[in-house]
Amino acid sequence: MTSITMGKALNLALHDALASDDHVVMFGEDVGRLGGVFRVSDGLQDEFGRERIFNTPLAEATIAALALGLAMKGFRPVAEMQFDAFSYPSFQQVTSNIAKYHTRTGGAVNMQLVIRIPYGGNIGAIEQHSESPETYYVHTAGLKVVTPSTPEDAYRLLTAAIIDPDPVIFLEPKARYWMRQEVDLPTTPLPLDRANVVRAGRDVTLIAYGPTVQTALAAAEQGESEGVSLEVVDLRSLSPLDMDTLRDSVRKTRRAVVVHEAPVFMGLGAEIVAQLMHDLFDVLEAPIERVGNATIPYPPSRFEKLFLPDADRILEAVDRVREY
Amino acid sequence: MAKALHSRSQPQEGVDHPIASLLAADGVLTSEGERIAAVSDAQLRELYRMMVIARRLDQEGLNLQRQGELGLWGPYVGHEAAQVGAALAMESTDWIFPYYRDFAMAVCRGVDPGAILTIFRGLTHGAWNPYEYRFAPFIIPVGTQVPHAVGFAVGCTFDHEQTAVLVGFGEGATSTGDWHEAMNFAGVFQAPVVFLCENNQWAISVPLEEQVAGRVVDRAAGYGFPGVRIDGTDVLTVYAVVRAAAKHAREGHGPFLVESVSYRMQPHTTSDDPTRYRSDADLEPWRGKDKDPIERCAARLRLRNAFDERFVAAVTQEADERASAMRQTVLTAQPGHPERVFNLVFANPPASLMRERDEFTSALEQGGAE
Repeated sequence: MTSITMGKALNLALHDALASDDHVVMFGEDVGRLGGVFRVSDGLQDEFGRERIFNTPLAEATIAALALGLAMKGFRPVAEMQFDAFSYPSFQQVTSNIAKYHTRTGGAVNMQLVIRIPYGGNIGAIEQHSESPETYYVHTAGLKVVTPSTPEDAYRLLTAAIIDPDPVIFLEPKARYWMRQEVDLPTTPLPLDRANVVRAGRDVTLIAYGPTVQTALAAAEQGESEGVSLEVVDLRSLSPLDMDTLRDSVRKTRRAVVVHEAPVFMGLGAEIVAQLMHDLFDVLEAPIERVGNATIPYPPSRFEKLFLPDADRILEAVDRVREY
Repeated sequence: MAKALHSRSQPQEGVDHPIASLLAADGVLTSEGERIAAVSDAQLRELYRMMVIARRLDQEGLNLQRQGELGLWGPYVGHEAAQVGAALAMESTDWIFPYYRDFAMAVCRGVDPGAILTIFRGLTHGAWNPYEYRFAPFIIPVGTQVPHAVGFAVGCTFDHEQTAVLVGFGEGATSTGDWHEAMNFAGVFQAPVVFLCENNQWAISVPLEEQVAGRVVDRAAGYGFPGVRIDGTDVLTVYAVVRAAAKHAREGHGPFLVESVSYRMQPHTTSDDPTRYRSDADLEPWRGKDKDPIERCAARLRLRNAFDERFVAAVTQEADERASAMRQTVLTAQPGHPERVFNLVFANPPASLMRERDEFTSALEQGGAE
């Protein structure tokens, strides 16, 4: 077992994918000599050369389009967007072309590509560097959207995303790039459509993903000391949603809280709550609560802690569903 | 001020610029004689034949739409030389990334025109396998196909192939960010791309001078590769220049921009009403035999004694037969089961989507039984 960070785990996943399949190529802004602004591709250009790991001009739409063209040619491209808000110029390519290309070619062309996007806040950044754009992507049919919460999951999900024949939006919780975990790598890929019960509990289910899984676990820890047993489910996959796992958990606890950094309004929580309410109407003991951002542009970093989910806000929501 | 900026009386400088001098400046083909010698009479007859077929199919497409059989038709009269000349100039191992009006290119590549029409009949979004014809799908969001061609071409260089990639677009596309990004990427990566601008001088209702500052062809210099502006009503020129540009790209000399200038002789699509923005007089200069791609080609063939009534009759008959076959194919095409739309979303579909499909299908069957 070695202690590694999520950033290093992603680096290893890329390394192992590049080593095992000549068709894997990776590109984006500053991913070459610099190794990316978060160093996720650190050292890869030296080892695999400039045809496998290369810088592109600063133009996200064409970074995504390049991935489309290379996938069509038979490569397995991994494109990096430097930050969440900088993925928006590529939105048309992703939604109109990448997500629809398989359909538009009668199933003849696969879009075996990955677009990696560091996302989320809590790093004290300047604006446009802390956004949670997942709803834009999950609302587009034809994309798979996943996000890891630990170094091990990061390795296993990225490996799976690169192997998968469909386009995967791979959201990396940048606040967790430096999170460490004792883990043996390499290890097997994970399915791209399964949630994971990361902590078993009896009283309330906390549903989280990416950066908020650790927050939910911290809340569960604190809850236990206060005599409340909280189950924590890590979605891992945002599209599709593993509703089977969520239903199994909530059938047991009969209460749930969904936690994400994105605004509550039309966030992932809205869909999760709607489905659970529909499927478990007779089981639920209380309306499901959601903890997330207000309907505001991501706030200046001085205020971000006030808007990010934390253990206290989660436990307040837990109180509300328990006292309903 | 706005009137001055958009004045229609500004000269269309370079529209009729002779090809030879442009090529001489770029050194691709050095003389008129070499250019003409490079195209045999047999090739010229083939170009003529495909242009006649293309125009006949266009007429049939328009008829089908007018008869209510197609939801939409986008005529390409005025583009025959550009599309046929460019498509036939590419090697069979080369690739073409078209825009939505490049129907004649698809036909030249062997795609079944009746199958293409199933898109316009609303039966499908994808009517052919790109790998079978080395012909990518029509792309509708303007300009977004241009960087796809660059990505694909970069892949060709990674695979050490000598493949050129042609990408078609109108002059309106050159206003998009994706187009400029693609041009820059192609220059940076020295990608083997032939950028073919089918400048028909109208983007729906917006004329060239309200669309393009300066000239499209001059953009190439800004991205560090050659560009030529050619007469897009002369199939011989299009064929020779695109062939030279593709050779340039294939042999590792990087991208090439060809601006082919002609005129959109029909509405943008059948949903358009050009009487609101242009007059019949605007089209008049482009109606002469010296501007019609097919007439011009015929004149050249006559001069070469390679044009006789039997040839014309055979081509006309073939065009009629192919139009009739296209009509037959599209009118008898079956949409298939609607659950097809679920099956084509992913190569490896998630179970949840398949459940959604099954619920849809069973609801459909129950509805049908009632």
